[in-house]
Amino acid sequence: MFESLTQRFSSAFASLQGKKELTDDNIEEGLREVRAALLEADVHFQLAREFVENVRQRVVGQAVVPGVAPTEQFVHAVHAALVELMGPEDSALEVAKSPPTVILMAGLQGAGKTTTTAKLARFLRDKHGRRPLLVAADIKRPAAVEQLTVLGRKLDVPVFHEEGLTAPEVCARGVAQAKARGCDVVLLDTAGRLHIDDELMEELAEIAGRTNPHNQVLVVDAMTGQDAIRSAQVFHDRLNLTGVILTKMDGDARGGAAVSLKAVTGCPILFLGTGEKIEDLDAFHAERMAGRILGMGDVVGLVEEAQEKISETEAQAAYEKMVLGSFTLEDMLAQIRMFRRLGPMKKVLGMLPGMGGLMDQVDVDDRKMNRLEALFTSMTPRERLHPEVLDMSRRRRIARGSGQESSAVNELLKSFKAMKQVMKQMNKMGLGAKLGAKAKKNTLKGLSKDGELAADSGGLLGGLFGGGGPKLPGFGGGAAGGAGSAGPGGLGGLGGLGDMLGGGPRPMGSSATRKSGSKRKQKQKRKKGRKGGGKR
Amino acid sequence: MGLFDRLKNRLTRTRSALSDGIAGLFSGGRAMDDTLLAELEELLYTSDLGLLATEIVEDLSRRHRRGEVRGEDDVRASLRATLLDRLPAKEECGEITLDASPTVILVVGVNGSGKTTSIAKLAHRFHTQGRQVLVGACDTFRAAAADQLEIWADRSDVQIVRKDEGADPAAVAFEALETADVLGYDIVLLDTAGRLHTQKNLMDELKKIHRVLGKKKEGAPHEVWLVIDGTNGQNAIQQAKLFTAAVEVTGVIVAKLDGTAKGGAVFAITHELGLPVRYIGTGESLELLEPFDPEAFVDAVLATD
Repeated sequence: MFESLTQRFSSAFASLQGKKELTDDNIEEGLREVRAALLEADVHFQLAREFVENVRQRVVGQAVVPGVAPTEQFVHAVHAALVELMGPEDSALEVAKSPPTVILMAGLQGAGKTTTTAKLARFLRDKHGRRPLLVAADIKRPAAVEQLTVLGRKLDVPVFHEEGLTAPEVCARGVAQAKARGCDVVLLDTAGRLHIDDELMEELAEIAGRTNPHNQVLVVDAMTGQDAIRSAQVFHDRLNLTGVILTKMDGDARGGAAVSLKAVTGCPILFLGTGEKIEDLDAFHAERMAGRILGMGDVVGLVEEAQEKISETEAQAAYEKMVLGSFTLEDMLAQIRMFRRLGPMKKVLGMLPGMGGLMDQVDVDDRKMNRLEALFTSMTPRERLHPEVLDMSRRRRIARGSGQESSAVNELLKSFKAMKQVMKQMNKMGLGAKLGAKAKKNTLKGLSKDGELAADSGGLLGGLFGGGGPKLPGFGGGAAGGAGSAGPGGLGGLGGLGDMLGGGPRPMGSSATRKSGSKRKQKQKRKKGRKGGGKR
Repeated sequence: MGLFDRLKNRLTRTRSALSDGIAGLFSGGRAMDDTLLAELEELLYTSDLGLLATEIVEDLSRRHRRGEVRGEDDVRASLRATLLDRLPAKEECGEITLDASPTVILVVGVNGSGKTTSIAKLAHRFHTQGRQVLVGACDTFRAAAADQLEIWADRSDVQIVRKDEGADPAAVAFEALETADVLGYDIVLLDTAGRLHTQKNLMDELKKIHRVLGKKKEGAPHEVWLVIDGTNGQNAIQQAKLFTAAVEVTGVIVAKLDGTAKGGAVFAITHELGLPVRYIGTGESLELLEPFDPEAFVDAVLATD
């Protein structure tokens, strides 16, 4: 998501790389790049100007901190300005004191209202234990009612609609129905409309007037251009919006709308639609989004995802295996499967620090993962537990069984050995144990400070990827390195599995020993980062 | 009412923002200077012209220094020339003769760009021209997408081929083509599911539809039209690139140009990818689909009353 913005920012920061101090000249140069990056990303013109001013003031006003590179200071300022622009943090939906809570969904045609309405209903039911009622009030688009009905049936959420009524009438009755049926949330799916269509905007105002919605949500296509601002403003004037949901975030939208909307409407971004599936709706966090835009990744998000999809005991077991050194192919398979549960590779990798700007270079194909799994499943349980029995004949059989070359089997075993080696080294250095103790407490439980979190999840994911923990998201570390991390360094972090996936521009199977050296360094760095870091 | 007037009416908003904006810049006899040029650049940016805006203004500023561009009229003339220059020649755009029998048109685009509505409008248009039109509901993914298309088909009185939700879209395409062959339809319009251009598996699905059609009948699909949401910004260019890479897009339809959106991305798309714009959608009702005429488009954008 937002790859191009991330890349442009990286090049802005690259222009400052290696500079000893920030001077008016190099600040100007960096700012010009930042402005160009914003404009190219469809950020509103006026806003881009203000944003650059904001960054300038932060940078100029900053005292020189000894030991902090100018680039880092600059990135820090941009990050802070982005958070300010997109914040406040963790905005939530308003809940009515006496149910039902009414949520009005509005937006332009094709923004994704109906799909988002269904996603939101599922979210509220599964994550907040609510009993939602969907109201199909889009009587304009052919089969829109049918669409919501089908979605409701799939979700097992009731859908209300009555033929022959106007949209405001349908909505008003829907709310009454919710009371009667004991539903505590009503979602009103309205027709898509242009903000300049007075008649339809009037209808929307009437719906709001008759149902007194506690939440008036504007659904916006993340790919909209400069016009997003204008239409959002008009919707806001007519409706009194309480929040915005951005859809189609899984595309390569440049993020201009996301960055601009909060500033223009003054209402928070609540959720992001991130995929085709009904559960692809993520809560919005300004800080994390800023991190992702700047290529710092979203480790918090990743851990939350892990928390939801991987059980604690499972993670614990995997961790202990790694730490104790009793790691087998069976465990490696379990870890791969665990990892895959987090979502498509591309999404997961995109959340890793330093990966943001790289995503279009890395052609991550989930089918490669399937092939990898096929290798494991073509082994006997005994082979998985005792990889040392794998002689040539067995390897050939496995290759045939999985429909691949024997070299694939060898590649896998090489990565396995490399992973094991790294774990041993970690143990020798005593890092494993320490990390283990911390991890037990933090990795998949309460989220602690950023620094720690990065370290812990780095440990877990690093293990999965052959121990080559990803770059740290400490300021500058991940992002300022933007240009740097676009090189083999960032990808190298993917380690063993990355090799086998062979997606990156890096040659396959580059030496594991070379990596483990830098890995050790990274581990140490990570440890340090934990003491110093932890800004939240 | 002539084409020019119709366009002008439908594109009122586009026109008023850009054209009136230019008028506003020069109001009160303001002289042309750097501040004015900066404001002009801003104005052009808000029309989603992207980096083209900077190019245009830099060019204007250069020629202003040489004394070639002096005031509002010069700016307008120069803008018109530059914008027109960015669009393909008139004969390359707009409606084309569809003479294969049947002509298969695959319609693709991202989610919510306006594919189904555009298909309905196309079906209506071709039907009124006396062609035998068949539509195929290859969007088997989105809930009730086929129902939506069927309602439109009924309204324009054309036939539809559909299968159950979750069916293989390529199978629907195949069946539609077969039906058209057997029953002698002239034009087959295939509606596909919206897909983000970044989703590899979905783009592969599209390739499959394309492949299956080609196997069934040589030359099919004869046209692949990409529907772009006129309110999309610079991202539209990326969409066009990736869709073209997957299925060789042959033409573009720009939908939803009746809002305040500028469709500025049209200039970049046609310029960078050399894709002709076939039609523009300018409203909700069935007949609001205009063959694209570059001059009329630019004039409508820049017109003053």
